[in-house]
Amino acid sequence: MSEAAYNATELMIINAARLLQDGDQVFVGVGIPNLACNLARRTHAPHLQMIYEAGVIGAQPERLPLSIGDPTLVSGALAVCSMFEIFSFYLQRGNIDVGFLGGAQIDQFGNINATVIGDYFHPKVRLPGSGGSMEIAAWANRCYIITPHQKRRFPARVDFHTSIGFLEGGDARAKTGVRGAGPQAVVTNLCILKPNEQGELILAALHPGCTFEEVQANTGWQLKQAPHVEVTPAPTQEELRILREELDPQRIYI
Amino acid sequence: MSKLVNLTEAIQSYVHDGDTVYAAGFTHLIPFAAGHEIIRQGRKDLTLARATPDLIYDLMVAAGCARKVIFSYSGNPGVGSLKWLREGIQNGTLEWEEYSHFGMISRLQAGASGLPFMPMRQTGAVDLERVNPQYRRVKDPYGGDDIIVVPALNPDVAIVHVQRADSEGNAHIWGILGEQREAAFAAKHVILTAEEIVDESVIRSDPNRTLIPAMIVDAVCHVPFCAHPSYTQGYYDRDNEFYLAWEEISKDEASVKAYLDEWVFGVRDRAEYWQKLGAETHRRLHVGERLSTPVNYGSFTDE
Repeated sequence: MSEAAYNATELMIINAARLLQDGDQVFVGVGIPNLACNLARRTHAPHLQMIYEAGVIGAQPERLPLSIGDPTLVSGALAVCSMFEIFSFYLQRGNIDVGFLGGAQIDQFGNINATVIGDYFHPKVRLPGSGGSMEIAAWANRCYIITPHQKRRFPARVDFHTSIGFLEGGDARAKTGVRGAGPQAVVTNLCILKPNEQGELILAALHPGCTFEEVQANTGWQLKQAPHVEVTPAPTQEELRILREELDPQRIYI
Repeated sequence: MSKLVNLTEAIQSYVHDGDTVYAAGFTHLIPFAAGHEIIRQGRKDLTLARATPDLIYDLMVAAGCARKVIFSYSGNPGVGSLKWLREGIQNGTLEWEEYSHFGMISRLQAGASGLPFMPMRQTGAVDLERVNPQYRRVKDPYGGDDIIVVPALNPDVAIVHVQRADSEGNAHIWGILGEQREAAFAAKHVILTAEEIVDESVIRSDPNRTLIPAMIVDAVCHVPFCAHPSYTQGYYDRDNEFYLAWEEISKDEASVKAYLDEWVFGVRDRAEYWQKLGAETHRRLHVGERLSTPVNYGSFTDE
């Protein structure tokens, strides 16, 4: 391990980057998704375009952006538009390939809670709320969720549907008429979960050295496994070098 | 006719107890100086509307100005949570009304367009509809799926910070545009704050950049550095250190009071506040130059 040692955050960023395709129009947030996009752009997806909910299209940040509206996103971007336009012309119209999502809770069917723990009107813990995620989850062609793998984050059912995955499974999502295909992968520090035909998240791949038992112990439902559970290739020296030396040299996120 | 007044007078004239206030700006151009002035003037029972309440509303809630918040993301961007909003909601001491970003700005778009509501496609996430009856469903009169509608938001006053404006209120904005324009057109009154007051000829030199016209503006205030600790594109950078420090400043009543005493009640206006921040902060927030290429609008005189 010593020559390619990496931490959990680097592992998640690198695996998320590998899910992105050249030419993808990606609705991206700061932090891990931003790093994953920039890594993909510097490796296999040079034509990937980053679009920010603040209304920035084709950002090429000169420094690591620290907020969703960082001024470095604007300088040198292809276009800037209002928030109404980014959500209507770009997202609602169907011009976004990929959305990134996160949240306090992700359930068995990829539904996300970023709103409240406990009762909405008498919250145990009040969380920030939807922001753009309610629409991103519905209207981006495909979505990816990146999150540390902890049992409290993976309950069988979320307390509140801030944004939907496959609802209760089956054709429930399709029946709502939303245009996007929903969450296509959940990347954690242990594994990659993917939806099966019923929209239930199952174990698709383990990261090197991780076991099903470990994943199950950190998941709040009886986790099914794909017929052939793969092992993700370990982060390469080059991926780690780009991340550490070019993208986040001050190690703000990694 | 010039509408130039100082910020103190503008807040006295256009922000009253019980009003609905929209201090615009998505991360960019947040008019913190106006928030501080509202606190200094002791306004109460305000309904504070913003997509992202940000530190400006967390501070105003902590200072006791607010009865209610309307929002779509109540976090400290890139840092964590907004303690006073979060606890106000958890403890039931603060009323709230919640949307997604698109729902929130669609409300402004309706208000700015003179419409009663704005339609949006369904998202399948019905829990917010369930807890916020302002979200409604209507039948598509043209035979498609049901659509979601949200009602117009017409704030009593919008406060909008811009890079430059003339004395009547024609304003140039560049960088992240957020909901500046929608908030201004939706509101009953508009207070404009500007980094620079320029001659009308500067505005006329680049009319495509004029996002807010004088006809909807009530007061124009010259307030350099109004947006700190947020930023103004091309003028000064976002003070990320302050956003991180907010966790500590906002942690309890005593530390908020100390902050208010020193930085809000302890200064007369934004100029004094900016001087008090000191040379080191000024240097840290300095931004370099990256100019756009000029465009030719064409000249149509006979010569």
